Amino acid sequence: MRVILLFAIVFGLILLTGFTQSWNVALGIVNMGLVSAIMALGVNLQWGYAGLFNVGVMGFVALGGLAAVLIGQPPVGAAWEAGGARILGGLAVGIAVIVAAVLLWKRLPVGRARAIAMVVLLIAGFFVYRGVFDPAVEAIESVNAATEGYLGGLGLPILIAWPVGGLLAAGAAWAIGKTALGLRSDYLAIATLGIAEIIISVMRNEDWLARGVKNVIGLPRPVPYEVDLQQSQAFVERAAGAGLDPVMASTLAVKLAYAGFFVVVLLVLLWLAQAALASPWGRMMRAIRDNEVAAEAMGKDVKARHLQIFVLGSAVCGLAGAMMTTLDGQLTPSSYQPLRFTFLVWVMVIVGGSGNNYGAILGGFLIWFLWVQVEPVGIWLMETLSAGLDPASPLRAHLLASAAHMRLFTMGLLLLLVLRFSPRGLIPER
Amino acid sequence: MDFLNGFVALLNFVVIPATAYGAQLALGALGVTLIYGILRFSNFAHGDTMAFGAMATILVTWAFQSMGLHLWGLPTALLALPFGIVVAALLVLGTDRVVYRFYRRHKVSPVILVIVSMGVMFVYNGLVRFVIGPDDQNFADGARFLINARDFREMTGLDEGLAFRTSQAMTIITAVIVVAILFWFLNRTRTGKSMRAFSDNEDLALLSGINPERVVAITWIIVAALATVAGVLYGLDKSFKPFTYFQLLLPIFAAAIVGGLGSPVGAIVGGFVVAFSEVTITYAWKKVLEYWLPAALEPEGLVQLLSTDYKFAVSFAILVIVLLFRPTGLFKGKSV
Repeated sequence: MRVILLFAIVFGLILLTGFTQSWNVALGIVNMGLVSAIMALGVNLQWGYAGLFNVGVMGFVALGGLAAVLIGQPPVGAAWEAGGARILGGLAVGIAVIVAAVLLWKRLPVGRARAIAMVVLLIAGFFVYRGVFDPAVEAIESVNAATEGYLGGLGLPILIAWPVGGLLAAGAAWAIGKTALGLRSDYLAIATLGIAEIIISVMRNEDWLARGVKNVIGLPRPVPYEVDLQQSQAFVERAAGAGLDPVMASTLAVKLAYAGFFVVVLLVLLWLAQAALASPWGRMMRAIRDNEVAAEAMGKDVKARHLQIFVLGSAVCGLAGAMMTTLDGQLTPSSYQPLRFTFLVWVMVIVGGSGNNYGAILGGFLIWFLWVQVEPVGIWLMETLSAGLDPASPLRAHLLASAAHMRLFTMGLLLLLVLRFSPRGLIPER
Repeated sequence: MDFLNGFVALLNFVVIPATAYGAQLALGALGVTLIYGILRFSNFAHGDTMAFGAMATILVTWAFQSMGLHLWGLPTALLALPFGIVVAALLVLGTDRVVYRFYRRHKVSPVILVIVSMGVMFVYNGLVRFVIGPDDQNFADGARFLINARDFREMTGLDEGLAFRTSQAMTIITAVIVVAILFWFLNRTRTGKSMRAFSDNEDLALLSGINPERVVAITWIIVAALATVAGVLYGLDKSFKPFTYFQLLLPIFAAAIVGGLGSPVGAIVGGFVVAFSEVTITYAWKKVLEYWLPAALEPEGLVQLLSTDYKFAVSFAILVIVLLFRPTGLFKGKSV
């Protein structure tokens, strides 16, 4: 009952936006709310089910975005000819060196000789890798640098990028989990925070991969373009029948189409997550979360289970990241900010109710709604507060200019209030 | 002569910047490590505490500058520093009262406190942006250089110039003074000793009549002072921009963990380890090697191991290496 009521309130708020502001804004909130809800589901999987503290959400989301480029964009033939093979060779060398180092560490007897051998191998390997890799990067980046200068993607339908984004994120999560899981929770937090920064800096600087800060724009879409809709006779007639002008109707139709795709993904994930929670596997996860020592004594492999759920949760975040980049139609690495993509998702999970999937989804919608709406409300508040002041006074100007920064403050306050007075969230775990 | 030229280049581009940066990181890591030792959680809001303290100092500096107060050759910010520390201390004490104390009483698990500090981070971040805005702020004044590159060349007759900025000299000197006072306080005074006792064994400390609230309050004051000093020095040396302080969180945590969380000496060593690795790995060694190697061996490329954009990767790599091979850090910190 409480669940239905809370969801009704949130959707009521969004409908209110539709009536008072515009349906375009409202649908925009719904779409990003859906994406946020999926991210929150991913984090909830890790935190709510297993108690893993992952603050690298941004990195996994960005990897999903990268997948959208790598799958959706057409390949750049000239760049592949210039250095494609060589770059793959360079990456292969890099992977081979790391694998060799790991093997060496495992096979050789413990001692100083092993450490020296490994350091020598890594340093030599690094220079060989750079020797193979660097010329290829230069060659690729000089191919039509203004619009291309990267390898492009596979030219496949962009919907394929969604699961691929999940896979990319899962791969990264596996590598991190292998090293950082099993340490104390704070260390996992710092490690994931670091890996997220590194993923972003790779995406910003490796122009051959996805053009770095030059951004990839105009990604293919799974839905028709507004312009095409406006030119289609049938669509214009139907819009006129509904009493809408064609431009407005086309933007709404496109947003609704996206929402349709996202709702399907969300429902499938929710069903899977709920089924997992109710299964013996889900009970085992909660048992591990609540008492690791006891679970281990019962013969559960805690580290392997943690790795498993860390990979699963990160894959969901990667999937959401690919969906978001598809929605935006562009990949802009500089727009990935930890406050927005990591910590905001955490606010969603905590406020919604950790351990409860409905809570995570509710948090996703509610927090995204607030994130969007706090700014106009803040500006309105500041205008009302400073109405008595002289319009030309610097204080009034400063207050109005600062209203935009209200949202960070509000989110922090909300998180603190929920943690203090309702630590289990709006929809607590059952 | 070539050797000396190479040495000066090394000093100019690697040793001096890395020492200044290392001192700033060490001060930041000391704050993190103290919170960890006494309050037993990783404080994610530390970067934003630094930003807040620096902001308070900047506002006072501007006031002094407009009143015409100055410190001759030194930056006015030094004069404003105590005021900044007081404001930052009031903020963190207030936060502790309103936010952290409740959780301390209820003895929640450390990971909940980390999440709480995430909320505090948002609030501080919002506050700083609200008051001073998200843009770069310049508040450095006074003499820019202690040793100017051209003067140095004329003085020594070398080809390479050596520039030693006032902000760098000040960073190093201030850090030494602050660390000396801190260690004197922790090792010699009664309060400092009670803090260390509390960090070592909370129950035993309580039994011997140490007032925990007092220890916690003093810790917050010290942390506010350290954070403000670190923030102001970083701002003077580079520039003040709220977002960069948030990004400093990673190298600071790396420094604290490398040294061993909870160990003050470790935090200082960790700060310098991280700073020197960052600078040496992202520095283009061509210039130095040209002087040092015979002409036949002169490198063609820049001999830069990683581009400067990957400096976070360096702190992270050190962190991972330490976590894998020595999880308690170099100086045997806590590993709860």
